[in-house]
Amino acid sequence: MSYVPHSAEDVRAMLEAVGVAGVEELYDDVPRELLLGRDLAIPPPLAELDVVRLLRSLAQRNEVLTCFAGGGIYDHYVPAAVDQILRRSEFYTAYTPYQPEVAQGSLQVIYEFQTAVCELSGMDVANASIYDGASACAEAVRMAVAVAKDRRHKVLVSATLHPHYCKVLDTYVAGLDLDIRTVPHVGGVTDLGALADSVDGSTAAVVLQNPNFFGALESWEDAAAIVHAHGALLVAVFDPVVSALLKSPGECGADIAVAEGQPLGNAMSFGGPGVGLFAARREYIRQMPGRIAGATVDEDGKRGFVLTLQTREQHIRRERATSNICTNQALNALAATVHVATLGLSGMRQAAELSLRKAHYAFERLIATDGFEPLFPGTPFFKEFAVRGPDPAGVLIAKARARGYLAGVDLGRFGDSALAVEDGLLIAVTEKRTREEIDGLVEALAS
Amino acid sequence: MPSSDVPERALDDLLAAEQRRSVPPNLPEVPEHEVIRHYTALSLLNHHIDRGLYPLGSCTMKYNPKVNEEVARLPGFAQLHPFAPREAVQGAFRLQYELQEYLKEIAGMDAVTLQPAAGAQGEFVGVLLMRAYHTARGAPRSKILIPDSAHGTNPATVALAGYDVVTLKSSPEGLLDVAELKAHLDSEVAGFMVTNPNTYGKFEKRIVDIARLVHEVGGLMYMDGANLNAIMGVTRPGDVGFDILHFNTHKSFSTPHGGGGPGSGPVGVKSHLAEFLPVPVTVKDGDGYRLDWNRPRSIGKVHGFWGQFGLHVRAFAYIRSLGNTGIRETAQAAVLNNAYVTARLQGTYDLPYGRGLHESVFSGASLKRFGVRTHDVAKRLLDFGVHAPTVYFPLTVPEALMIEPTETETREELDRFADAMLQIAREAETNPDLVRSAPHTTPVRRLDEGRAARQPDVRYAPTSSAEAVAAR
Repeated sequence: MSYVPHSAEDVRAMLEAVGVAGVEELYDDVPRELLLGRDLAIPPPLAELDVVRLLRSLAQRNEVLTCFAGGGIYDHYVPAAVDQILRRSEFYTAYTPYQPEVAQGSLQVIYEFQTAVCELSGMDVANASIYDGASACAEAVRMAVAVAKDRRHKVLVSATLHPHYCKVLDTYVAGLDLDIRTVPHVGGVTDLGALADSVDGSTAAVVLQNPNFFGALESWEDAAAIVHAHGALLVAVFDPVVSALLKSPGECGADIAVAEGQPLGNAMSFGGPGVGLFAARREYIRQMPGRIAGATVDEDGKRGFVLTLQTREQHIRRERATSNICTNQALNALAATVHVATLGLSGMRQAAELSLRKAHYAFERLIATDGFEPLFPGTPFFKEFAVRGPDPAGVLIAKARARGYLAGVDLGRFGDSALAVEDGLLIAVTEKRTREEIDGLVEALAS
Repeated sequence: MPSSDVPERALDDLLAAEQRRSVPPNLPEVPEHEVIRHYTALSLLNHHIDRGLYPLGSCTMKYNPKVNEEVARLPGFAQLHPFAPREAVQGAFRLQYELQEYLKEIAGMDAVTLQPAAGAQGEFVGVLLMRAYHTARGAPRSKILIPDSAHGTNPATVALAGYDVVTLKSSPEGLLDVAELKAHLDSEVAGFMVTNPNTYGKFEKRIVDIARLVHEVGGLMYMDGANLNAIMGVTRPGDVGFDILHFNTHKSFSTPHGGGGPGSGPVGVKSHLAEFLPVPVTVKDGDGYRLDWNRPRSIGKVHGFWGQFGLHVRAFAYIRSLGNTGIRETAQAAVLNNAYVTARLQGTYDLPYGRGLHESVFSGASLKRFGVRTHDVAKRLLDFGVHAPTVYFPLTVPEALMIEPTETETREELDRFADAMLQIAREAETNPDLVRSAPHTTPVRRLDEGRAARQPDVRYAPTSSAEAVAAR
């Protein structure tokens, strides 16, 4: 079925008004030899019911497992209110708010989103969002390099940064003459001694994720002291759920803070669409990439919102824009905003605290099991931790899958990355997991 | 939140006090129904496609079918973790693989990546593909040609990827100028970024010659797929001579704009560029499907995971709904709708480059004699319950009004829009103040954008966080 509404009579009347005999005539500028002249080799149209059947059958080939996997995408609880708001077509069928008089809803949501991101990150200003955590991190590095006016070309990236973020960063700086170096980790956390040895006057930025990819806690504060002593910027990659409890990037002296916002109100959806959170210190607002909503007043002095500081952006600045980004993840940002509003401060803190408690319970149960040991003994973590078991991680994941669990992320899959650990299993526990499920996972892994 | 069901332990044992926030985030504490009322009230301030026409040129604001929203929420899609083992996600990989196949066929390309998160990221991938291709042949080359009518993302992307932008003037008919192109073609040209139909809605009649000329100097042809909706099922970019193109699923394939995103920008390429596509690529392997990471000449990775999967589901459902014939009918109806609106407005509004396929670019310059600008026309339209067209773009048309009705609007709705446009033109003459002071019926009136930029207020902060906490 197509969604073309015209009857044969409509088409006839419209063609007559236009003054052509048929629709084909409207394509007169297309050289004849370029016309396809056949049906596309795509299956014929389907009725809605058949589309639902087809998509259901594909969805059923996927297994909905009890999720202990993280690595950047987390199975946190999403309150029912979130999807009810997302389903309002006033939000999801609207365009970018370029006519603010008829887009105050979308614009105020962005303003609220920016506020929530600032509060969670402890930073001064935030944008309307970037595609995802990985591109937010890459844009942050590009911005740090642009902010450093003295042609600094070195960027230091902790080995504990998400391996995909490292890859995306490499891609994003392909056109720049940058020297990207990895700072090694010791016992699962960044080697700050090595960082101090590597950072110098040519360093534009240092990227440090906390909790890091292994789930372990880093110290942004100690890193900031080292980084700032050389005039470089600290890019902090944070977790917005953990941030309700953990000292925020802003409190620790970060200059730019970025995150994957999926854990706030967004389905895991196989890793996309997520929502990249991007915040910075106030002095850098005019160097930020992406859209920003701001408050102002209308002709009658009534408060309202607009997209602002647009002279940074591609549609005005073209090749001199701070970024080529043209969209944000508006609907995902709405989900994050409603999520935070629904849970409130107390709910956000409970989600963080429950994740912390349950992750530690799971860790201790597992470590008490024959053949399991922590990958990094004694290293504090928050909601995610790495273990080594009696079998390769792939075998453990297969065992758990047979009982309906997704045991975690196989660290061996990041074969060419600095943090690939053969046989390492990265396990995440959110507030959604019950004690029964945790015990069930441990039993499955021990079987 | 439920209470904890694991053995109680002191918080200090789990997270040292010095690692915890000293100042909690200043977040609201309101009952759920107040949250719902708040966001419902905000939603009512928005224009949206389910309320009425959204004739934004180059944005393809078509109807977003409801069934696509339902299927994307199936637990077997929405609750998938990207790191689940391959065996547990075969349906998702199959969907991605088949979507790639459909996009290949629609565009006449040999390979497709679904990784890019939006059109602009698709462009970035496209330009990096050029870089990788030329580098593999000796040198990356230094410049990329772009017509003056291009979207702003094109030059921004080229700069992002480290190339110089060379802007080419369009011909008086609003087409690529072959002489102008020839004057700029040399062995430093990495490629030519073209939107086809272009931003005047015109099909580039000489595109085959142009592609040949660019290829003769070793350059690559890139198509910005923003306007693909006009030609899908009718003609194919790959057959025309393009080497690379990006799709906007949120334009051609009806995935919702969401108030500004999420987008999704798959990229299609000819076989000589396939080895450079970003990793991973979803491939068929025997009876199953998997991610292929083993691509040593890949440009790298651009998305945190496997692209905007939720949008892939919606685009897949849409393409299967339309099917082979529905895709062509869609393009033809989009072109017919634009021709009809253009016929109704022509004569009242100037049409410097003539009727386009799916969109036409009018000029409001003739109203300037009454002291009315395109900006005013756009604002006055809001009073009629329709959204304004894209205005002041392309930059080459003074007082531009770029109108794209899309195929899903009825003749009645198109008439309503045309009537409003004609009435505004009359008002400009008889009562210009009414137009200049519009809008009159919207939730707010014209907003002070200068003030917003001069005194940026980009977050709510009644007092400092610390004071807010103390007040609690």
